[in-house]
Amino acid sequence: MIHASLKELAAALAAKTLSSVELTQLYLDRIARLNPELNAFITTDPERSLAAARLADARIAAGQAGPLTGIPIAQKDIFCAEGWRTTCGSKMLENFISPYDATVITRLEREAGMVSLGKANMDEFAMGSSNETSWFGPVQNPWDKTRVPGGSSGGSAAAVAAALAPVATGTDTGGSIRQPAALCNLTGLKPTYGVVSRYGMIAFASSLDQAGPMARSAADCALLLNAMAGFDDKDSTSLERPSEDYCRCLGQPLQGLKIGLPREFFGEGCAAGVMAAVQAAIDEYKRLGAELVEVSLPNSHLSVPAYYVIAPAEASSNLSRFDGVRYGYRAPEYRDLSDMYCKTRAQGFGAEVKRRILIGTYVLSHGYYDAYYLQAQRIRRLIADDFVAAFRQCDVILGPTSPSTAFKQGEKAADPVQMYLSDIYTIAVNLAGLPGMSLPCGFDDQGLPIGMQLIGNYFDEARLLNVAHAYQQASDWHRRTPAGLE
Amino acid sequence: MNQWEVVIGLETHVQLATASKIFSGASTAFGAAPNTQASPVDLALPGVLPVLNKGAVECAIRFGLAVDAQVAGKSVFARKNYFYPDLPKGYQISQFELPVVQGGHVAIAVGQGDKAYEKRVQLTRAHLEEDAGKSLHEDFHGKTGIDLNRAGTPLLEIVTEPDMRSSDEAVAYARALHALVRWIGICDGNMQEGSFRCDANVSVHRPGTPFGTRREIKNLNSFRFLKEAIEYEIRWQIETLEEGGTIQQATVLFDPATGETRSMRTKEDAHDYRYFPDPDLLPLVISPEWIARTKAALPELPEARKQRFIADYGLSAYDATTLTAALETAAYFEAAVAVAGKPGAKPCANWVMVDLAARLNKEGLEITQSPVTAAQLGGLVARITDNTLSNAIAKKVFEALWAGEGSSADEIIEKQGLKQITDTGAIEKLVDEVLAANAANVAEFKAGKEKAFNALVGQVMKAAKGKANPQQVNELLRQKLAG
Repeated sequence: MIHASLKELAAALAAKTLSSVELTQLYLDRIARLNPELNAFITTDPERSLAAARLADARIAAGQAGPLTGIPIAQKDIFCAEGWRTTCGSKMLENFISPYDATVITRLEREAGMVSLGKANMDEFAMGSSNETSWFGPVQNPWDKTRVPGGSSGGSAAAVAAALAPVATGTDTGGSIRQPAALCNLTGLKPTYGVVSRYGMIAFASSLDQAGPMARSAADCALLLNAMAGFDDKDSTSLERPSEDYCRCLGQPLQGLKIGLPREFFGEGCAAGVMAAVQAAIDEYKRLGAELVEVSLPNSHLSVPAYYVIAPAEASSNLSRFDGVRYGYRAPEYRDLSDMYCKTRAQGFGAEVKRRILIGTYVLSHGYYDAYYLQAQRIRRLIADDFVAAFRQCDVILGPTSPSTAFKQGEKAADPVQMYLSDIYTIAVNLAGLPGMSLPCGFDDQGLPIGMQLIGNYFDEARLLNVAHAYQQASDWHRRTPAGLE
Repeated sequence: MNQWEVVIGLETHVQLATASKIFSGASTAFGAAPNTQASPVDLALPGVLPVLNKGAVECAIRFGLAVDAQVAGKSVFARKNYFYPDLPKGYQISQFELPVVQGGHVAIAVGQGDKAYEKRVQLTRAHLEEDAGKSLHEDFHGKTGIDLNRAGTPLLEIVTEPDMRSSDEAVAYARALHALVRWIGICDGNMQEGSFRCDANVSVHRPGTPFGTRREIKNLNSFRFLKEAIEYEIRWQIETLEEGGTIQQATVLFDPATGETRSMRTKEDAHDYRYFPDPDLLPLVISPEWIARTKAALPELPEARKQRFIADYGLSAYDATTLTAALETAAYFEAAVAVAGKPGAKPCANWVMVDLAARLNKEGLEITQSPVTAAQLGGLVARITDNTLSNAIAKKVFEALWAGEGSSADEIIEKQGLKQITDTGAIEKLVDEVLAANAANVAEFKAGKEKAFNALVGQVMKAAKGKANPQQVNELLRQKLAG
């Protein structure tokens, strides 16, 4: 049961062989048993979850259930949820109880009837690739507890990989859904910028942040995305488009599909084991009828530097509201207003967040703005143009998600640039605003999961899910689960 | 060589008269209990996002059209970053590089009588932005209270070129702008509540030399303070320079109690606001259709109406300016003329500007609250121009209308028998009686005392209970005395 698909769970709930309360209790028990070590959740509230499950059971009994009603889910602790503590992985918000719901929470809980199991751990303010920057401690990778689960959606990834939840929400600013999905053997999708509302999702870098599903399969991602996506008049960057069924292409054959292989993604800097697994997946796609095309993304080497100007610039401004005045942490002692600001922010933010606020403040400063911020925006345009040109030759782009498998806790913590480079294949997608996903494609010689990345054209989520699903029909990597967590 | 030229530019924050805030649905009504009109967006809770209020944009378009400016097809909202407790996000959403209104001008009339002149003040730009909240330093025992009701209130910041050369010009501009924003319905103009506040950039220099260093006087919320602050600042700058000192660029505050300005911060500690385009908001796109629709709905503008009053009704420039100072006044005047007829235009103007204005002022009423309607006033003026009423009696009728003693001037004239006596025979009879009864005055007049004539006129009018046509009385008396 703990490894069942969403469809199977929904069928069991509909047939009443299982109630939402029973299913929720099952996961709550696992969380109680396994989370103290894994640390995938920052906050759980069993009473609240069970109350939601009872409501879902009533909906099911009344014949008003949707495809996800009564199914539990882990929520990344970046989404404000009314009455829930919402920390964003920071001491700054350690005691912040949100008085309102993010649109994603409204859609999943109130509209779809899903049951939130708790708030999943994450890198502080989503800044990190290992979940080691969380004020609430690191998260263990269920495949190897000495290793990181990736980040920033590390808690979400570990929760689903360890079957503490069937699915989870994540957010992705530079790879924060795809990289942890790759490192934990999950399927995760970052939609086109503007497809999922950002209202109530605590902002890291507003022009890059996008929420998406994390699950064990493309089919589960499609179902979850159906419930998450859609125009929201509370988010000015949300796109007003007719709603679509992301499951609609799942069964389609791949005959004639053109898969672009960017030569820049297959050069140096990628672990041999990862490269071999991705190559094997490419061969599988060939067998499934796809055609392979070499493409080029000539400016992709500029994506990490451009990202580390734009994202910190926006973050430095977005995080200004955490000033100790209205909510959240305030330094216990201070001399005057300026001292209150300085001490509150010095004590409330962790080192990585401070580093990015400093970088962002610097690049927006008078005299540096043109050289850094504007230049980075020009590069961003070039990177987006590269993709536009590539998609004239192919339907989807394929490559590795992360240059390595899960690394050891502490291995890269002291070297921010090494850490930043773990997102080298994912960042360009955010800069261009394109949809991208990661799905399992094998294991390295240490038994650690490997993910491959699929990148689609704007609004081509249904096709990406189709391409991923076809692979998952022909492979069983995604079905494998870590040992010792039964 | 002793001459100094004054250079003034104004930045005016006009609070837009929208029901809700510029980026949230919270109410903008003034005077509610602290923080009761602050939504999650206004409080800058984690995760909230701004959504632009189209009503505020509509106000900006109206303004742009009213000052003959360029309404930008595309403008951009930017973040102005600084920390302050009543600035909840740690940044203000404003417009920086691409404002919504670019250029434009406001016509001003300065001075009165011989010294009166007109001038055009060029505008640099006008941009949309949000207001901050309020810090309350009283009543908190050494702590500061924050009220975020005002946070997110829509403002249009209107910036002039350094075109004004005296405090009178600055005040004339501020008054003209104040009248205009009320006229086009984008601001209630309430200066006590902070709906219209000016920052004045002031410098002095010798003609023919480059502009001097300017100091900016912040937050002037009355025309009197604006005038006093500028005049103090000019005196201070000239004195400083003449004593061999230099002016440092600075932001200063005006203290109405002392009538002085004092420096708040200098250029050295000026903020670096780190402006950048707000990624939460798309560029503001205004279509030509939107502009055309707004233009069609715009009332006739004050300058056009003023010119029309001069051309159509033969009013003086001064009268036309006064009557077009507010839309309500202009509308009242024209409604009165519609009843009185065109020959009644000039007397209507006088009645509105003098008698009615004084009476309203005395009772503390707005013209829209006048107990005497425009049609009633027009009806009254019609009876003056057709000689039914003398001016003196007309004032009585006006009072009767004010008191609600009748629904029209005609009704009151009829009821109270106030019709002017114009029958020559009747007046002649009265004149004869008065001459017979006041031989002493007649003798004085004949001895060359002109004053005696006025006494005789007074006697006749008294005998007629004020109703005799004064002109006829005059003429008949002269005839009889000459005869």
